Amino acid sequence: MKYLGIDIVKPRLAVFDFTGCEGCELQLVNKEETLVDFLSLFEVVNFREASSDKSDAYDIALIEGCISRQDEVERLKAIRGRVKILVALGSCACCGGVNHLKNGFPIEDVVRQVYGDRKIETEKVRSLKEVVQVDLEIPGCPVSKAEVERIVIALVTGAEIRMPKYPVCVECRQQLNTCLFDFGEICLGPITLAGCGAVCPSGKVGCRGCRGPADDANYESFIDVVVDKGFTEAEIRKKIEFFNAFEGPAKDTIASLIQKRIKTFNAFSGVRA
Amino acid sequence: MKVNMNIDVHHVTRVEGHGNIRIEVQDGRLVEAKWEVVETPRFFEAILKGMPHDNAPTLTSRICGICSIGHTLASLRAVERAMDVEVPATAQKLRLLAKHGETLQSHFLHLLFLVAPDFLNVGSVIPLVDSHPDLVAKAARLKGMANSMCDLIAGRTTHPVSLVVGGVSKAPDKRQLAELKKTMEDRMRDAADVLELFKTLALPDFERETEFVSLKGDKTYPWIGGDLVSSDGVIKPEDQYLAMSNEYQVNFSTSKFTKLSRDSFAVGALARLNNNYDLLHGKAKEVAETLGLEPMNYNPYMNNIAQLVECFHALAESLDLIDEMLDGGMNDLRRRYEVQAGVGIGAVEVPRGILYHHYNIDEKGMITHANCIIPTTQNNANIHYDLAELVKQEVKKGSDDQEVRKLCEMLVRAYDPCISCSVH
Repeated sequence: MKYLGIDIVKPRLAVFDFTGCEGCELQLVNKEETLVDFLSLFEVVNFREASSDKSDAYDIALIEGCISRQDEVERLKAIRGRVKILVALGSCACCGGVNHLKNGFPIEDVVRQVYGDRKIETEKVRSLKEVVQVDLEIPGCPVSKAEVERIVIALVTGAEIRMPKYPVCVECRQQLNTCLFDFGEICLGPITLAGCGAVCPSGKVGCRGCRGPADDANYESFIDVVVDKGFTEAEIRKKIEFFNAFEGPAKDTIASLIQKRIKTFNAFSGVRA
Repeated sequence: MKVNMNIDVHHVTRVEGHGNIRIEVQDGRLVEAKWEVVETPRFFEAILKGMPHDNAPTLTSRICGICSIGHTLASLRAVERAMDVEVPATAQKLRLLAKHGETLQSHFLHLLFLVAPDFLNVGSVIPLVDSHPDLVAKAARLKGMANSMCDLIAGRTTHPVSLVVGGVSKAPDKRQLAELKKTMEDRMRDAADVLELFKTLALPDFERETEFVSLKGDKTYPWIGGDLVSSDGVIKPEDQYLAMSNEYQVNFSTSKFTKLSRDSFAVGALARLNNNYDLLHGKAKEVAETLGLEPMNYNPYMNNIAQLVECFHALAESLDLIDEMLDGGMNDLRRRYEVQAGVGIGAVEVPRGILYHHYNIDEKGMITHANCIIPTTQNNANIHYDLAELVKQEVKKGSDDQEVRKLCEMLVRAYDPCISCSVH
């Protein structure tokens, strides 16, 4: 390919899958109106789900799924050794996703339930960054193809990659939706990173926070709403643990705030009684 | 006759998930023909234990990125049957429409993005962008139409949003449905062109008589719930799915195998069509006839053709459903229900065959036991035994390693396996 007499070298793109549902990979062939243009941006050298061609030379790797077996650790490290930019694609790759829920049970128990006494190799679920250095994370279960396109185009053209800092609530309000709390549901929209177009609350289903915490989330107000609406600590915990996307400081902040708020709430209830 | 052969396909491409083919022939004798599933297990059944019942559809949709609507519908059916939840008629129609969107998305993806490259002798759809731009444009438009059906009805194609216990949480308005109808009618020309292309393709010549298992249609071609039937004459009610599937383990696969009256059976488009041919929509039956597909057909490669026939059926039935909704009211979408203890089984025909979800639920609405049996699990043994017969046939013909390797990969691909789905 030449432009103004200059050879344009397309970056070599590889797509790999680990433990997961391959839904994020499927997203890569969606958004059909721009699909051909999107694919023309690079040379696709590995994409097992869609292509039989294979190569060990690539510049960018999009990686889907989490790590749950030793052979996956080795495969991931080999990819890391070959690639310039390693991108974690989707909630499983970024934080373990729903597969992470398996870690709440002793491994022998989960194996016994499905395979009986047969020995099956399986490990605690880990995200990519727990195993290798990750250069960029694109969250979501599944990822939004529009966002993937925007980010990958920025990667290829060297433009600055910008992610929203605000929560899903902003996008939800833009769509003029009725607040899910008014329907009696817990919604993590107030504290979850936007970029999905508020797809779940727009379908009248509470956000489960698959994209993880927003930069400027107001946890205090969120907890005020949740406690005022009568939801319990256990309910909010179940919600934020679903995709494991709040693991770390965000989860600790939520836990301590909810404890504090429940105490205050009880104290006031006591006065009223 | 070919004397020695060694084929080792590590991670078959253009399928969902990780599976290997191993073939060994020595002195003209088949030593080994193996379908090995090496996908990592995720243990969804264990994760479901202790989970609130209304989380099950959301969680289990994550078993598969391609048939997540089907998993949601099987999960909903299991929960709703356990608790005697009656789903309003409009919600049932919308669910079936979402299901057709998924079938069209999955079948067109398989036929035009994953299978077509084999017939055009390329590694993927990407070189076809330059060599066959018209075909790629049509493929993209057809898949795009299917995705927009799913997005409109279920909120999203992969991991649907608005399919919830009791019905649907949100419905499109009539103007949106009318627009969808218009788009679908416009795409009929593309579908007709794809049909013309498939008329020209010569499918590999191979047959192995097998048993076909599917839902049994009553008045219409079956998709959601009903009796289970096999072409060998077994009929069971939905709740006796275990007697139909009979899972067992083999030491070379993390996905289980199944059998019924013989060593193996097949599920999927060809099984559905062989068992329910007379219930096809008129237009789809015409398409089947022009493509030379009549029951009983024992060529596994014809599953591709059965998928194309089903695309025409799903398109025609979707247009009927939209007309019914445009003519009637659309307000009754979701039923309130009392949480109660119970056992529920949901059987749904997803693109690759019959899918079972089974939950035991306690009086607080928490799941105490879960079992999910996936179509590809049921096809594993059939793929495995087909490979052996295919290799024997090709060895006799004297085909070389490259030819046999391609035929074996195409055979696996014809089943459209969803491997990570089968190791859930």
